[in-house]
Amino acid sequence: MADGNVLAAPAPAPAAVAPARPGALRRLARRRSTLAFVLTVPLLTVIGGLVVWPFFYAIYLSMLNKRMTRFVGLDNFAFLLSRETFQLVIMQSVIFAVGAVVAKALIGFILAHVLHALPAKGQRKWRGMLLVPWVIPPAISTLAWWWLFDPSYSAINWMLMGIGAPPVAWLGEPGWARFAVILVNVWYGAPFFMIMYLAALKSVPDQLYEAAAIDGATGWQKLRYVTVPMMKNIIAITVLFSLIVTFANFDIVRILTNGGPQDRTHIFGTYAFQVGIQSGDIPLGAAVSLFMFPVLALLAVFVLRDVTRRSREMAG
Amino acid sequence: MAQVSLRRVVKEYEGGVQAVKGIDLEIADEEFVVLVGPSGCGKSTTLRMIAGLEEISSGEIAIGGMVVNDIPPRDRDIAMVFQNYALYPHMTVYENMAFGLTLRRFPKDEIRRRVENAARILDIGELLDRKPKALSGGQRQRVAMGRAIVRDPKVFLFDEPLSNLDAKLRVQMRVEIKKVHQTVRTTTVYVTHDQVEAMTLADRVVVMNQGIIEQVGTPQELYHRPATRFVAGFIGSPAMNMIPARLENGAGALRLRLPGDIVLPVPAERTQRYAPLAGGEVLFGIRPEHLTEPKNLDRPNIATFEAAPEVIEPLGMETLVIFSLQGNEVTARLDPAVPAERGRKMPFAADLNQMHLIEPRTGRVL
Amino acid sequence: MSVTAAAEATAAPAAPLYRKVGSIRRERRWALIGAYVALAVFVVFFLTPPFHMLMTSLKSSAEIADLSNNPWIVQSPTLENYWALLNHGSYPRHFLNSVIVTLSTVAITMVISLLAAFALARMRFWGSATLATGVFLTYLVPETLLFIPLFQTIGSLGLYNNLWAMVLLYPTITVPFCTWIMIGYFSSIPKELDEAALIDGANHFQMLWKIFIPVALPGILAATIFAFTVSWAQFLYPMVFLVSSEQMVLTVGIVSDLIRGDTFQWGMIMAGAIMAALPPLLIYAFLMDYYIAGLTAGATKG
Ligand SMILES: Nc1ncnc2c1ncn2[C@@H]1O[C@H](COP(=O)(O)OP(=O)(O)O)[C@@H](O)[C@H]1O
Ligand SMILES: [Mg+2]
Repeated sequence: MADGNVLAAPAPAPAAVAPARPGALRRLARRRSTLAFVLTVPLLTVIGGLVVWPFFYAIYLSMLNKRMTRFVGLDNFAFLLSRETFQLVIMQSVIFAVGAVVAKALIGFILAHVLHALPAKGQRKWRGMLLVPWVIPPAISTLAWWWLFDPSYSAINWMLMGIGAPPVAWLGEPGWARFAVILVNVWYGAPFFMIMYLAALKSVPDQLYEAAAIDGATGWQKLRYVTVPMMKNIIAITVLFSLIVTFANFDIVRILTNGGPQDRTHIFGTYAFQVGIQSGDIPLGAAVSLFMFPVLALLAVFVLRDVTRRSREMAG
Repeated sequence: MAQVSLRRVVKEYEGGVQAVKGIDLEIADEEFVVLVGPSGCGKSTTLRMIAGLEEISSGEIAIGGMVVNDIPPRDRDIAMVFQNYALYPHMTVYENMAFGLTLRRFPKDEIRRRVENAARILDIGELLDRKPKALSGGQRQRVAMGRAIVRDPKVFLFDEPLSNLDAKLRVQMRVEIKKVHQTVRTTTVYVTHDQVEAMTLADRVVVMNQGIIEQVGTPQELYHRPATRFVAGFIGSPAMNMIPARLENGAGALRLRLPGDIVLPVPAERTQRYAPLAGGEVLFGIRPEHLTEPKNLDRPNIATFEAAPEVIEPLGMETLVIFSLQGNEVTARLDPAVPAERGRKMPFAADLNQMHLIEPRTGRVL
Repeated sequence: MSVTAAAEATAAPAAPLYRKVGSIRRERRWALIGAYVALAVFVVFFLTPPFHMLMTSLKSSAEIADLSNNPWIVQSPTLENYWALLNHGSYPRHFLNSVIVTLSTVAITMVISLLAAFALARMRFWGSATLATGVFLTYLVPETLLFIPLFQTIGSLGLYNNLWAMVLLYPTITVPFCTWIMIGYFSSIPKELDEAALIDGANHFQMLWKIFIPVALPGILAATIFAFTVSWAQFLYPMVFLVSSEQMVLTVGIVSDLIRGDTFQWGMIMAGAIMAALPPLLIYAFLMDYYIAGLTAGATKG
């Protein structure tokens, strides 16, 4: 850099130096923030061009008619709300998200504790096996479930018949189909909760449990008064985050039931795909997606709050 | 050769905190100067302005006669040793020391020569292939110094380099640093909050407090002739006793009346010096080592008085006795052979040749 | 463990309390047995689908169709499904496409995230704090919210049914999270390390390249694995934007090619699924610890 040459110049007598030139270093700092901005330009391009802009474009699209020739205001939204199918979609999305997340969180919590109780040596091996569902891409593993639920070849039904139970139309009957999509989602997502909780458990200092033991706490009381309070924040973050992801799910329902039977398993993502892409009504599809936005935004605000709180705790 | 001069240097952080409030300091070539003061007094800020890591708000800093206000750290030809060593964790000791030279495109064999030389000075020759993780605290400290030495800079800057070491190692490394300076004779600015470290290492000590310089001087000067109440209290351990007293005029001589009606005569040769304060309230300063069991009573200006010890701390080679003069704690330093008992009055001798009088309002030592 | 030790230490002197130590030990043994039972149940639940997938993939079509067989075990294992997939049809093409898209996405993602994270973690500039928050919020935007407007955009760019559209779109899912965890890793590097580098004479790029990237390597590994996983598993975008078999990637291709009308070639579907699941499984088998450390960095202190 240019400043590098200064040292080579003959040193002036201290007295001769004029009042300090204000701010070459400040100029340097400004150059640094310019550089910082340049470094973030690719990121800004991705976020701006492929997230923020499409979002506003979606709002615009959702207010056009099917042929996209006319501005219709909020008609698409009103139309959707009046349709029974869409009302079902709203209900099913909520059931799907809440049901799956509660089950995932519970299973994850139990498994994390179980793993944490194991001697360190065996832990890694068991953890590895329990992570398998989460490692396989869901679009791939759902194929296996689809096959397990096959109407005529279902290996699960084969076992049911073995114990004398009647076969189940897993994907053909609305109640069972809803159960099936939730089950697969739980199967795929529980390991994620497990590793988050396991990490949180490991970060609870042993002395706390020792102190509680000396104070006479039973196992249950330790859970209630030590573990849960220490993990509260991470539980909240994981649950909120998973609610977002599950609510906006696509892969599992699309492959397993494609919304059927009689649209009884559609959720926002799959319904938007069916309406917008398959039936070619782009504006209506955009409107379906946008219905997710208020819920997602609310959840995101809570996640952000908890994450900020957590990082502040960790810093302090 | 490089002297360092600071002229009316001010540092104001964003948000208006004035960490350094206009300090002047001349550091001679090859000098070892220690900045000492309590935590938060602006020592690190001063050092970091010399290094170029913090912008100077006003005033100027010159290194080797060259104003460096606008020069980035890499072109100031300085080297710095940090409190947490800041060794690059992914590089071996050799690479850590060579990094600055590599960036400056030194030839390979010159780098090797310098690193090996520094390793010899610091006795870390067999550690060159290790990563910092595999080193003990003291070894890391040496490597951090090695990284500075190989650069052969105009100035060494140290920011509390020994604070992360345990007490024993700290003493050992202190000696090591002094030896290195005697070998390489590079101008050094050294920051610490530990006055013992400052006194043992420094050619000159700079005592800072709340962003200003209280006093600059050799360790001896600071100890025997502190300029301010702050320096008097900061230098020396245990700290100097400061007892509120009244300076009375009586029969051509001055007397100090301490709480508990202890009256001490002021040495005659100081009468003139203290005359302006006569009749007023002052702080009487005396170091614990000058408050002893009665001894040398034949010498001039040794006064005795009685007090009852409240706490007795036998330290082996000496015994510290703490007594109270109407709520003012006073520490005396006795010979361990002297019997002392809690609560029982005993005689003490004050060596008034070593006394100080502090003007309470200005904090100046007269 | 430590809990028992503490109990023993306090209980040892008095005899009645001593019995309690035994009960704690017994309690612990029961807890451990309970733990193993729960583990076994969930391991069976979790591994059933992949196991069944593997069994089916090793069966001939005839064996699959024979309803009198036990579906859970294979009578006469054969690799014919794998053989058929690899030698006929477009499975190799899909696999290659997945590899191309994934590798390109990972490379693009890491360049963008590392540069941005370096700037956001270390250089404060106007709006940098807002941008860091924005990055995190973007990570929470699911692709189901945006695929319809993107469908229009990609169409108007002439990239419909083009593999490279995936390379353009996948970074929207990978970049925010990778940037976010890299900001975390970079911020945890002590500030003195940059200052030492600055004094040693490094410029900003040397600082990033020679100090930050090597020091944050575990984080970079975690981010890379994340980008890989997400790209390899992405399903919605190929579903929406790709149609021809030439351009298709694995996640969608397996089904679209192997289901002709109502005939499901389950043996081949499962063989294809096994092979598609293999790359992520292998990566996790070797690098799981790095990835988990990266993901859970926020869940643990320090
Ligand atoms: N980056 C900063 N921003 C604002 N204030 C700072 C900053 N760094 C230090 N300070 C403040 O400046 C004062 C002097 O700090 P410092 O020079 O680090 O003290 P020390 O003598 O302990 O090294 C302190 O009050 C500190 O809080
Ligand atoms: Mg400091």
